[in-house]
Amino acid sequence: MSNTITFTIDGVEVTGQPGQTIMEAADAAGIYIPRLCALEELSPHGSCRVCTVMVNGRPQAACTQPIADGMVVENDTEQILAIRRDIIDMLFVEGNHFCMFCEKSGNCELQALAYRFGIAAPRFPYLFPKRDIDATHPDIFIDRNRCILCGRCVRASRDIDGKNVFEFVGRGFEKRVAVNAEANLADTDAAATDEAVNVCPTGALLKKRVGYAVPVGQRKYDHKPIGSEIEKK
Amino acid sequence: MAKPKVATTSLAGCFGCHMSLLDIDDRILKLVELVDFDKSPVDDIKEFTGRCAVGLIEGGCANEENVRVLQDFRRHCDILISVGDCAINGGIPAMRNAVPLKECFQEAYSTDNRLGPAVYNPDNQIPNDPEIPLLLDKVYPCHEVVKIDYHLPGCPPPADTLWEALVALLSDKPVALPYELIKYD
Ligand code: SF4
Ligand code: FES
Repeated sequence: MSNTITFTIDGVEVTGQPGQTIMEAADAAGIYIPRLCALEELSPHGSCRVCTVMVNGRPQAACTQPIADGMVVENDTEQILAIRRDIIDMLFVEGNHFCMFCEKSGNCELQALAYRFGIAAPRFPYLFPKRDIDATHPDIFIDRNRCILCGRCVRASRDIDGKNVFEFVGRGFEKRVAVNAEANLADTDAAATDEAVNVCPTGALLKKRVGYAVPVGQRKYDHKPIGSEIEKK
Repeated sequence: MAKPKVATTSLAGCFGCHMSLLDIDDRILKLVELVDFDKSPVDDIKEFTGRCAVGLIEGGCANEENVRVLQDFRRHCDILISVGDCAINGGIPAMRNAVPLKECFQEAYSTDNRLGPAVYNPDNQIPNDPEIPLLLDKVYPCHEVVKIDYHLPGCPPPADTLWEALVALLSDKPVALPYELIKYD
């Protein structure tokens, strides 16, 4: 009995296993679908919507939508690319992303996506929100100016570190990542070795005293666009 | 035929982008064959002498003078380019944007909040001479003030980015920068 599911992405036939998401099947087939909140080792979150694809003509998040036989998925179309570009633009104007001095620059997934999309400047007005920094912990810090609310730290701390250090509070524009303590990050049991610190796609959650360790020109996305590691498979 | 003219300016910038332009090294000789410089710190021409093909803007708008200069560039240049992160998103000066202007002044000049630098300022004066351009409530990216035709990000944009873009524009070709020349740092 064949236990595979066959569907198409941009007209190319792709096979996958029952239970796989569109993103998992696409990754295995060497087709890159852009993403920010999704990470292989974490449960899907479906929040950033950068992975939006058309499934039988309707927009769906590729990181949460399971595959089905005969599904028609559009990934690399003008319409989809425009939606994704708008989302990336919005993430830039809704935060304070000062790439020029950010320790994560060159290794940041948000920046790398903007590079991949060839974005020279966002098309929406900058909001310059007032956001705070929590540098109370001796080894790590949160810079909420750079947080894109992807929830990776929340999931990693809960599911991998077993600590529940991070959680979201507030709604809409007020939403922010909070720590599991009366006041500060220093009062939690967070540690520099936590997976939560590793998974942050931006420079919002970083280890202290390791900034700028890799010289310009040798960083992850200096020469190769994000996603090329999947596409070369 | 007269050479096309290029004008440049530094608004709320650090002149790093101009340095990067000089960093095209010996290609600068080719550049002066291709163009004449009009209003620019490069030749110290203070006012426009005529229509320019390309205007390069470094820095965002932090004060009213920046806005006037930017509008003057828009009036005189066929193509206006935001060069560098400060022109594109305000850059480092825009870090004040979440802080009320009054607090910025107090931080910089006041001696009684004990936060400011060690300025001798017993009367706690905030400089307000009419000669000094008024600061805007926040630092604005250039494209939020006038229409900008191209953006060349970077802090500063690599010399190659500036060169490729200028040469393409001056020869009426589209500006198509390769992956490695679009960088935000
Ligand atoms: S701190 Fe980092 S991992 Fe956590 S929600 Fe913000 S961007 Fe995501
Ligand atoms: S990667 Fe699918 S919603 Fe974020």
